[in-house]
Amino acid sequence: MDTAHTLPSGIYGLLAEFDDPKALVAAAKRTYAAGYRKIDTFSPYPIEEAWEAIGHHDRRLSFIVLAGGITGLLTGVGLQEWVHEIAYPVNIAGKPLNSWPQFVPVCFELTILFAALAAVIGMIVLNGLPQPYHPAFNVERFERASRDKFFLIVESDDPKFDRKSTADFLKGLNASEVTEVEP
Amino acid sequence: MLNPKPATYEPAPLIEPGHTFASISDKIGGVVLSTKQPLSWFVVISVGMMIMGMLGMAITWLLLKGTGIWGVNIPVGWGFAIINFVWWIGIGHAGTLISAILLLLKQGWRTSINRFAEGMTIFAVMCAGLFPLIHTGRPWLAAYWLFPYPNSMSIWPQFRSPLIWDVFAVSTYFTVSLLFWYVGLIPDLATLRDKARNIWVKRAYGALALGWRGSARHWQRYEHIYLLLAGLSTPLVLSVHTVVSFDFSIGIIPGWHATIFPPYFVAGAIYAGFAMVLTLAIPLRKVYGMEDFITMRHLENMGKVTLVTGMIVAYGYVSEAFFGWYSANKYEGFMIWNRMTGPYWYMYWTLVFCNILTPQWLWIKRVRTSPFGLFAVAMVVNVGMWLERFVIVVTSLHRDFLPSSWGMYYGTIWDWMTFVGTLGMFLTLFFLFIRFLPMISIFEMRTMAPAAKMHDAPAGNEAH
Repeated sequence: MDTAHTLPSGIYGLLAEFDDPKALVAAAKRTYAAGYRKIDTFSPYPIEEAWEAIGHHDRRLSFIVLAGGITGLLTGVGLQEWVHEIAYPVNIAGKPLNSWPQFVPVCFELTILFAALAAVIGMIVLNGLPQPYHPAFNVERFERASRDKFFLIVESDDPKFDRKSTADFLKGLNASEVTEVEP
Repeated sequence: MLNPKPATYEPAPLIEPGHTFASISDKIGGVVLSTKQPLSWFVVISVGMMIMGMLGMAITWLLLKGTGIWGVNIPVGWGFAIINFVWWIGIGHAGTLISAILLLLKQGWRTSINRFAEGMTIFAVMCAGLFPLIHTGRPWLAAYWLFPYPNSMSIWPQFRSPLIWDVFAVSTYFTVSLLFWYVGLIPDLATLRDKARNIWVKRAYGALALGWRGSARHWQRYEHIYLLLAGLSTPLVLSVHTVVSFDFSIGIIPGWHATIFPPYFVAGAIYAGFAMVLTLAIPLRKVYGMEDFITMRHLENMGKVTLVTGMIVAYGYVSEAFFGWYSANKYEGFMIWNRMTGPYWYMYWTLVFCNILTPQWLWIKRVRTSPFGLFAVAMVVNVGMWLERFVIVVTSLHRDFLPSSWGMYYGTIWDWMTFVGTLGMFLTLFFLFIRFLPMISIFEMRTMAPAAKMHDAPAGNEAH
């Protein structure tokens, strides 16, 4: 691994393990208060307090989904108007070529379709997925992050990170175990 | 009365006491990763596959001979294909109602049932989609008038037709349901990846889980779009059966051309869907021992939704009859009179029995809290909702405006084989899903565990 040489401490970070969500959130708050910023928590289910504790709130997806919806709406309007007025104008029951009320259902469906696709693709891309490899997976106990354990990581590229003192700090947070994470 | 005591109502817990994060994960994930399945799984999947084979036969013969093998003719040009299409697509609606609308309404009890209900939606929509695809007997010609793509004939679909709206509504519905389902599955796939011991099983789930690791940053975006998807699915699901009802109500056939159709169809869809969720949930929880997660309270709530939507459907039937009389239009009047007393009278009255009278049993708490009672009512409603679509389609068409063009309609053996065949397809897909994916959302169930409570607030059960 090339990154191993670039990391000053030779490790990716320090992983602290907790048994319950309250301990995790309390530890995350104290780690954030101690000035660490390159931190993350891992939990088997979403914990709102956890991402608040590490100071993360990404609102970009709202706009991405809105943009997706608007794109869908415009696609619906553009497609139907173009088909019925330009590409293939046919007189149906004497209705005007631009009989827009009849174009509403397809516009609506395309709005929803594009917005939903934008939501899911946006979430996956912003989360940096698919990402088959992550250093945290090197820790054997980390597989319980998807079962019943809670983890807090401090990454080694955090300016405050120090292999020794950060480990001591994490141990002082009631972590049941603190492990070094191989890059 | 002065100072009446506030009524205290403690609902039954949504998850039996004593469960931890680990026990939930192991219990639900264990079904998938175990190398053993109950005998009933093999029985159902074998029967399902045999019936699906029959579907294959029926479709092959259809493609060789054309729609002449079916019972449709003039005046009844719409038969089993549209009846089955509407029936199946309606069944799907309960899954979206549970996963999206009940999520927005903060109904905690949806958590135990949303995963397999969403699976049911997807498989039901697949069964539904088969019918428009094959109903011309020449599916390879269906592309250019269904989907807008530049073709060598330079012709385009007719966007003023409700049938095209239907194509867009159903394909959007299928795509969005699949996305919603998959997004919900990602954290559970990660659980399976981490739990699996066989390297190939691990890799398969690992690839599908996209490397999910439960990061708080990921969870925040995940929860954000999960809620947005629920918000998008809610109007979508209401629009789908509305558009399906437009297939009828935009036409000027007496019995179809009614403004009551959209709400009445949507209610009927949810009604049929909840009956199907009950039909699936009651045996599943028994066979896989999931009574701790799908409790009696869940079943009772579903029974209540079935009763309410059943009453809305009953209101729809009454309105139809009232319109027929009050419109003073002799064609409308004749249609409803013919529906009740004409050659298909037995269909109409069986449907009244199935859809209006039978669910009234659910007023009784003992019926509502008995798996057998609920299952019996649900099965009757399943049949009743199919009959409803038969009555709407056939009785409206078979007495044309001129008596010289009156006729009768009966499904042929090929119609029945196709219909029953889709039941086999549904069973097969559903039981494959039970085998390979967790039938209950594991990560959402963890949030219901007592240990997940972040605040020690008294009576912290927010899911009433």
